[in-house]
Amino acid sequence: MTDRALAVVRAGALTTVQDRGRPGHAHLGVPRSGALDGPAAALANRLAGNPADAAVLETTLDGCALRPRSPVVVAVTGAPCPVTVDGRPVAWGAPVRVPPGSVVDIGAATWGVRSYVAVSGGIAVDQVLGSRSTDLLSGLGPAPLTDGAVLPLGTPAGLPARVDVAPQPAPPAELVLRVTPGPRDDWFTPEALRVLTSRTYHVSPASNRIGLRTTGPALERARPEELPSEGVVLGAVQVPPDGRPVVFLADHPTTGGYPVIAVVHPTTLPAAAQATPGTPIRFAAVHRR
Amino acid sequence: MRTLPVGEDALLVEVASGEEAQALLAELLRRRAEGSLTAREIVPAARTVLLDGLPDPARLAAELTSRPVPPAPPRPAETVEIPVRYDGPDLADVAAHWGVPVREVARVHAGTEFRVAFCGFAPGFGYLTGLPPRYDVPRRPTPRTAVPAGSVALAGPYTGVYPRSSPGGWQLIGTTDLVLWDHTRVPAALLSPGTRVRFVPVGATERVT
Repeated sequence: MTDRALAVVRAGALTTVQDRGRPGHAHLGVPRSGALDGPAAALANRLAGNPADAAVLETTLDGCALRPRSPVVVAVTGAPCPVTVDGRPVAWGAPVRVPPGSVVDIGAATWGVRSYVAVSGGIAVDQVLGSRSTDLLSGLGPAPLTDGAVLPLGTPAGLPARVDVAPQPAPPAELVLRVTPGPRDDWFTPEALRVLTSRTYHVSPASNRIGLRTTGPALERARPEELPSEGVVLGAVQVPPDGRPVVFLADHPTTGGYPVIAVVHPTTLPAAAQATPGTPIRFAAVHRR
Repeated sequence: MRTLPVGEDALLVEVASGEEAQALLAELLRRRAEGSLTAREIVPAARTVLLDGLPDPARLAAELTSRPVPPAPPRPAETVEIPVRYDGPDLADVAAHWGVPVREVARVHAGTEFRVAFCGFAPGFGYLTGLPPRYDVPRRPTPRTAVPAGSVALAGPYTGVYPRSSPGGWQLIGTTDLVLWDHTRVPAALLSPGTRVRFVPVGATERVT
């Protein structure tokens, strides 16, 4: 292996390689995958001088620690967290030079869930169907990071951004998800859509990259029969038999057999990636353009 | 045909039968190939086709409902042959459901021309149709925690082949050594919607390489 590589000192609870995913293969049963908080991943790349489609690391709650074998620029975005190099605090949300052999530690998120770590040159694991993303539903792409693993890095394409700190949206205290009703809102009682868009739900700890699970009032079906499997989109609000809506995130299955009562507008999904368990959720109905 | 808007840029087209879904899929793929349709994803399923990433879903919906879709044009006779040992642990149960002797299951199954109606569940997993409705079987009352890769299985009107080991409730009738999904191969998936499939019986001791 060349010296353009990164040793994983501490993998963290769940750290995966993510880029913009592999859309276009849903008809083969392949989820789109990709960074859950796309704007944060894109910003990390920009800060590190990478193209927007370079692969970054997505951490979950407790960060990770890495030791580069060559001089690199690292930028951490998304969930705010302490960042240190060999124990010395450095900036979060800004490009940081890390000498070879030093350990850059991305600490536990002080707010939010997922931090994004871009390294100059990008994580250069092999592509699968045009993407380096780890897909936790179907197991495509590289496995989640493990302690001691070594990740290859690409050749830096550009210079790091010249900023001290880039402004980023704060993780949400309340998650407001704009939803458009349908396609299967008629499978529910008229009351169900009103309940969904007027009552408060909360983020369930069972949430993951596949779906944002919720706790709150159950949505009642008007049609009890089984729905033949049909294609589902990113942001689909699917309602399983327990009546608690699940918002499909990047690793969602490509088809599903439970009715979709509404679809979350994609611009409000990055905030869902940062909502910790217990965060209140409000589903706000919008009219179709 | 009924079109249901999905979010801001997707459309779910609902049709009356699996055959109609196949015809619609063929027509949509033809239009996308000739450049008259822009869609990031075209995902067929049991009674629907989902189109995602559309520039103008409302206009496409109006077009689809005003102009009927022609029946699927005959495809080139490309058939994937899947060698199979009919040695599954649920053969006797399936024979009982069908009301036939056990050896008859293999004969009927291998004598059927299947078509991939749609994919889902896992990369490379095709839902194959072709068996007459009298051969529908229920799922197993208790799903297995691990179904081996290569298992040829039945559930409802469908036949499927597990591309990798996973939990599953389908009735297992046989095993194939054919690799259904290999992301280093082009194409990665041996089965895609519309593909014709035949199962070719091989002897219990014969291994396919």
